[in-house]
Amino acid sequence: MASVLRPLLRTRAPAAFIRSSFAARSISTTPRLSEILKRYTKEHEWVTLDTSSSVATIGITQHAADALGDVVYIELPAVEDQVTESEPFGAVESVKSASDILSPVSGEVVEKNEAIEGKPGDLNKDPEGEGWLVKVKVEGGEEIVEGLMEQTAYEDFCKQD
Amino acid sequence: MLLAQTLRSAAAPSSFRALRVPRVVGCRTFAAASAPAGELKKTPLYSLHVEAGAKMVPFAGYSMPVTYPGQSLTESHNHVRTKAGLFDVSHMVQHRFKGPAALPFLEKLTPSDLTLLTPGTSTLSVFLHPVTAGIVDDLIITMLTPEDFYVVTNAGCAEKDLAHIAENLATFEGRAGVEHTVITDHALLALQGPNSELHLGDFLTRAGAENFNLREFYFGESKLFQTVTMGDLRVARGGYTGEDGFEISIHESVAPTAAKDLLEQSNEGRVRWAGLGARDTLRLEAGMCLYGHDLDDTTTPIEAGLKWLIGKRRAMDGGYHGHETLSRQYNDWKLVERRRVGFIVEGAPAREGAEIISPEGEVIGKITSGCPSPTLGKNIAMGYVKSGFHKAGTELAARVRGRDRKLVVTKMPFVELNYYRKP
Repeated sequence: MASVLRPLLRTRAPAAFIRSSFAARSISTTPRLSEILKRYTKEHEWVTLDTSSSVATIGITQHAADALGDVVYIELPAVEDQVTESEPFGAVESVKSASDILSPVSGEVVEKNEAIEGKPGDLNKDPEGEGWLVKVKVEGGEEIVEGLMEQTAYEDFCKQD
Repeated sequence: MLLAQTLRSAAAPSSFRALRVPRVVGCRTFAAASAPAGELKKTPLYSLHVEAGAKMVPFAGYSMPVTYPGQSLTESHNHVRTKAGLFDVSHMVQHRFKGPAALPFLEKLTPSDLTLLTPGTSTLSVFLHPVTAGIVDDLIITMLTPEDFYVVTNAGCAEKDLAHIAENLATFEGRAGVEHTVITDHALLALQGPNSELHLGDFLTRAGAENFNLREFYFGESKLFQTVTMGDLRVARGGYTGEDGFEISIHESVAPTAAKDLLEQSNEGRVRWAGLGARDTLRLEAGMCLYGHDLDDTTTPIEAGLKWLIGKRRAMDGGYHGHETLSRQYNDWKLVERRRVGFIVEGAPAREGAEIISPEGEVIGKITSGCPSPTLGKNIAMGYVKSGFHKAGTELAARVRGRDRKLVVTKMPFVELNYYRKP
C-alpha cells in the first residue's frame, strides 16, 4: 500500500487527504468504496488507514527522520502484539538520541517491516514509503483517525514547531 | 516520537543555576548570570554559526551549534577522526590565577601536584568539595610560569565554580598573593583531527607568525604564538576528542576572522565546522567524562577512574579539599563502593539513566553516557557499577525500554588515542 501512495505524496497534492476510490474486486452488484486515509500526529508519526481492510500502516515522518539524523537502530513490536493509541510500541535510535514511537491507533500488529529493522539506515531515505514500520489491524473505520492532522495541517504544524 | 528528546544529550545540567554569585565588574559570566531567564548568551562566533546554517541549541546558558547542514552527525564525527574539525568552545570559562600564592591556592582546591608541571605544560584536574571529595568541576590547569596559571573550566558549572573560587579565596590565608581573573574577551577554538597540525601551521604562516615549529610542540603543552594579523594566540596541544589537535585562545575581535580563515583557506581534506553533537560522541569514544553526566558533586575522582590525577605527594600530605575521603580511598580499594567503567552494549544503545543489572537481577548501577559509536559500529556506554562488577569482560545487562540488553565491561578508551606525544 505504501508504495502505491508514494507517487501521490510526492506531488504534494493540496487535497486535505488522499482519497482514492475504486470498485472492490467483488462480484457483488453493490460496489464498495475503499478509502486510504493518510494522517499525521503531533509526535511526528504518520498513519495510512485502508478502510476496506481495516489495516493501518504506521511510520515516522520525513520531518522526524531529518531531525533524528542517521538512524542506527529500530525496535519494533512482534506480529500479534497489541498496540495502544498514544502508547509507545517501539523506538527509533539515531547516534544522538532515542525516540519512542507512539502508536496513532489501537489494534493488533499484523506485519512489521523486517527489511527496515535489518537495515535501519534506509529509514532516512524514504520514511513515508519503503520505511514504513508496522501494519496494524484496527477495529472500525474513518473515525479511528478522526483526531489526527491532515497533510496541510501537519505541514503548518511543523513550520511552527 | 518525541523530537524534543533529540536534544537530551546536549542539554546542560541545570541543577546549579539557582546558585547566586556576587557580581564582579567586567566579567561576562557574572554579567550574563543576571540576565533574564531564557535569554541565551552568544559566543563571538555566534553569527558565523548562524550564517553556516547550524542547528543552534541552548547549552549551559549559551546558544550553541549542535550540527551543521550538509553533514550528518556521523559524517561530522568521521570528518574529525580522519581529517579535521573546528569546534567553537568559547562558552567554556577561561581563568588566570596569578601571584606568589596562586600555586598553593590551586593546590587547596585540587588534588593535583602542580609542582610537577613545568612552564608551558598542562594537566587535567578537579575542584573538590571539602571532606566528601565530590567533584565540583573538572578543569585543565596550565602553568605559564610558577606564579601564573591559565585554567579552563566547564561552562555548565560557571556560576558554581566562581562561587566556589570566591568563597575559598576569601578564607585562604595567602589570599593577598592570589589574583584571580576571568578572561572575558577571548574566544576558544578547538581544531581537532589528524590534519590539525598541517592546518594550524598554514594558518599561523598566513597570520604572520615566525620561527615556530609544531613538530616540537607536544600533547599537554601550551605555547604563545605571536602573529601579525591575529594577535597573540595561546595554543594548547590536546582536546576532547582523542585525536591530535589544538585549543586556541584568541581575542574575540579577531576570532571570527581566524575561524573563517581556517575553514576557507585550508586545502587538503579541509577543515569543517563540528558541533556539540560530534563533540559528545567523539569524547565518549575517547573515554572522557562529561561533567553533569559522568561526574557530579557526589562522585569522587577515584570512583570516577581519575585516581591518576591525584599527586602522590598530595595523597600523602593532604592539605586540599576532600583529602579526608580521598586518602582513605587512595590506599584501600575496598572503601571505593562504585567504579566508572566502559561498556559495549548489544542490540539497542543504552543511554544515560539506564539501570545496570547484575546476573542475579540486582540493580548495581546506572549508565551515565551512551551512544552508538560511529567509529566502531557498536554501541558504547559508560556508567557506574558496584565495585566487584567493574573488571573488563564482566557480563551485565542494561534495562532499556523494560528489556535487559547485554553489557560487557570494556576497557576505555574505546578507540585508540591519536595524540602527538613527546618521545
